[in-house]
Amino acid sequence: MKKTIFIMAALIIAGLMFGALDTIHPFGQPGDFAMDDYYIHHALEERSSENIVTSIVFDYRGFDTIGEAAVLFTAVCSILALFREGARKQ
Amino acid sequence: MIIGNLPFLTVGILFLIGLLAILREKNMIKIAIGITIIESAVNMFLIVLGYRLGGDIPVHFLKGEVDAMVLPTPQALTLTAIVIALATSALMLSVIMLLFKHYGTLNVDEIRRLRG
Amino acid sequence: MKPLSVVVRTGCDMFAWFLVVFGAYVIIHGDVTPGGGFQGGAIVATFVALLLVAHGGEKVLGWIKLDIYNGFLTTGLLLFLLLAFSGMGNAFLYNFLAVPEAVAQAGGAHGIIPPSGTIALMDIAVGLEVAGGLTLIIMYMFKGSIMTNISEIGGETGHDNW
Repeated sequence: MKKTIFIMAALIIAGLMFGALDTIHPFGQPGDFAMDDYYIHHALEERSSENIVTSIVFDYRGFDTIGEAAVLFTAVCSILALFREGARKQ
Repeated sequence: MIIGNLPFLTVGILFLIGLLAILREKNMIKIAIGITIIESAVNMFLIVLGYRLGGDIPVHFLKGEVDAMVLPTPQALTLTAIVIALATSALMLSVIMLLFKHYGTLNVDEIRRLRG
Repeated sequence: MKPLSVVVRTGCDMFAWFLVVFGAYVIIHGDVTPGGGFQGGAIVATFVALLLVAHGGEKVLGWIKLDIYNGFLTTGLLLFLLLAFSGMGNAFLYNFLAVPEAVAQAGGAHGIIPPSGTIALMDIAVGLEVAGGLTLIIMYMFKGSIMTNISEIGGETGHDNW
């Protein structure tokens, strides 16, 4: 009984997800790309860097990189705190 | 139909495999593996969104004689997502190690029954 | 962990330091070739992972001082924030060292800093931080796994009896 409900729910979720993946856009023809065209045409003139992806990560959208560095630092600090050897109370 | 867009179909199948692993497994490490499979499927979906037919790599040093490039913005977002996936999976595995040391078993039903 | 056989140990001794050199190459050429800070930092962190698998845990804990990697982690993050606040005259995260390409081709670039400005310097900072952070994660999880060591029922295979 539980198994049939589970299989029906899984099929409904799978159908909805594949239907949504179908209506985004055909593969290879993105919808609107005005911002990316600005990045492609102007990254070499203004910033003089040949790697466009690096100039987006560190210069045009550098605020997200600050958040990501903070997330990595927090993860390292919390792992250090989990594996500490504390003094044992006698 | 969706069979024509094969990359989107692959992303959907990977996501469903990870979701089934989270819902139906009893071993804690297998649940953690299912979470990392879902994160990999989402990263792949981001990259597939930004492809242009006839495009080339968005680096001026390495591209050929074509004039169009693929969109570079989803690739920049995927770099951040990969590092965040690494941080969450490292913390998950550390918590699983501490749970095993405290309870002595890796089965989720046993831990629910013992309750500390 | 016990050390693996002599073939694995010799292969590790040959290739270990080349990983550091290759990782530094990927970090420094961040604004010319694909790669950058995060990818190069992950490559440098596999140096300690290779040593840990090949030579065993007790020897590696005697070789490595963890304060160096702590220094990498904090130096990287502080250098990144310093570069972010330095252009505060115009805006936060302003690229105050960049030279446009037309000026750089005519010979107006700085001496030692690349014409892309803070992009190359931020690459080095993030590379240091990621290398130190991932190494600390590996070493502390290994130290924690020694705590949960139940007795070896089947034993590990692949070792010599040395």
